[in-house]
Amino acid sequence: MSELSSLDNDQPLLVAEGLAKNYGRLAACRDVSFALYPGEVLAIVGESGSGKSTLLQLLSAQLAPSAGHVAYRMRDGVLRDLAELGEAERRFLFRTDWGFVHQDPAQGLRMGVSAGANVGERLMAVGWNHYGRIRDTASTWLERVEIDVGRIDDAPKTYSGGMRQRLQIARNLVTEPRLVFMDEPTGGLDVSVQARLLDLMRNLVSELGLAAIVVTHDLAVARLLSHRVMVMKGGRVIETGLTDQVLDDPREPYTQLLVSSILPP
Amino acid sequence: MNAPTYNFAYLDEQTKRMIRRAILKAIAIPGYQVPFASREMPMPYGWGTGGVQVTAAILGPDDVLKVIDQGSDDTTNAISIRKFFGKTAGVATTTSTTDATVIQTRHRIPEASLHAGQVLVYQVPIPEPLRFLEPRETETRRMHALAEYGLMHVKLYEDIARFGHIATAYAYPVKVNARYVMDPSPTPKFDNPKMDNCAALQLFGAGREKRIYAIPPYTTVVSLDFEDHPFTRYRFNAPCALCGADDSYLDEIVTDDKGGRMFVCSDTDFCEQRQAAGHHGTESAAPHKEKAHV
Repeated sequence: MSELSSLDNDQPLLVAEGLAKNYGRLAACRDVSFALYPGEVLAIVGESGSGKSTLLQLLSAQLAPSAGHVAYRMRDGVLRDLAELGEAERRFLFRTDWGFVHQDPAQGLRMGVSAGANVGERLMAVGWNHYGRIRDTASTWLERVEIDVGRIDDAPKTYSGGMRQRLQIARNLVTEPRLVFMDEPTGGLDVSVQARLLDLMRNLVSELGLAAIVVTHDLAVARLLSHRVMVMKGGRVIETGLTDQVLDDPREPYTQLLVSSILPP
Repeated sequence: MNAPTYNFAYLDEQTKRMIRRAILKAIAIPGYQVPFASREMPMPYGWGTGGVQVTAAILGPDDVLKVIDQGSDDTTNAISIRKFFGKTAGVATTTSTTDATVIQTRHRIPEASLHAGQVLVYQVPIPEPLRFLEPRETETRRMHALAEYGLMHVKLYEDIARFGHIATAYAYPVKVNARYVMDPSPTPKFDNPKMDNCAALQLFGAGREKRIYAIPPYTTVVSLDFEDHPFTRYRFNAPCALCGADDSYLDEIVTDDKGGRMFVCSDTDFCEQRQAAGHHGTESAAPHKEKAHV
């Protein structure tokens, strides 16, 4: 029991060690190590082609690493290597304890079925078998992500870009995951919609105590959402630290360049 | 002109062996879709090429064959397949459900209860119940392998959200032996309960899709549903105009262009047996007021 009761915020939720991924001669990602703690939001920033998305796929076990490994603390408190999980376990993890928010909502949603069913799918996948309860939970989540409940029976293909992204977030959070991966969650949205989405995500993350790994090229997103930042360049992590520290006082020349390339408000 | 001579039941012995192996595997794993090397048959896809190959593979000289199409023994499809095996296998044919040992069917299960030793062969157009929800076959196979069937309930959810009840009326998904979710071919959901714990062996053949699956005798078959929206059978709430049966599945037949219609049993053998036993309906009998759930 002492093992279980020690399951608190002192132990890392996700541990990456020496992660690397090669595509032939191209090293998309090399020697990445870090630990993520419960409730912590980590931003991975860098320019296009720096290996951010590859790293996210390695962390979420969608890609097998060329070297290194990723371990995740399961709900029973045991830290397990993702590569050793069976496919069934990995997929179960993916639709219960994890969320994955894609840049393009069409990848994360079923565009042809109603919003209610999109949110309810994960519930039905874990055995919910009561229409009324599934629908109530879906309505609650639509409200939480500020989608008019009157549109619960509309398919996301009739939704605007911002609504789709919010629906995708609701669909991921309905099973109360502990860790959410986000790949450019605000990409392709206009500025006011971005602001609203960021505000929503920040509230949800703090309300639910979610840990999140956010991949973004937008430093403003990193500043608003994350506690810690990792800066990537050419597949390597070149700088890491507290968000304010890295963004206000960057050490590496490349980070300085990134920060200085933002237009002053 | 010399008529070509065929091997018994048209298919060559090697092909029949291959199909029998697929059938045995299908019986061993109830509800699992077994791939097989479907042959070209002398009929177009969609006319029962899968069912015909299964029938050809299991038919013996002593078998008595019955073929029905939407319950009827006397439609083009039923007659041509019955004649096909009459000619190529020389087996006895019948229209009586109880006398037949092999019944090939398109989209119905006979009303008369089946008995042990009988084989019901279904013609299946689309064997994959998840097809219209998940178009990737690689993905649906994985979902079957891992028994991830949440998606099937998404379809039922959509029905209720749109129509207020589960509006799927045919090809209603079932779970076989508490493991595989299966498409029972486009039979009306009225027939679903007949598949559960059935004494006869049920074989499903999809020719174009190259899949065979099976329900062995006395296997549990459960129609999927929600706790608060349970599975219901559906039939037109009317007596048969010919035999007066109040419990059989009915076809609606339009009789004129002024809205006239009559309801008759879709199972012709069942209807004829009842008429021979002295039951009569009234052709002018107006249908009961229609109810959604019976």
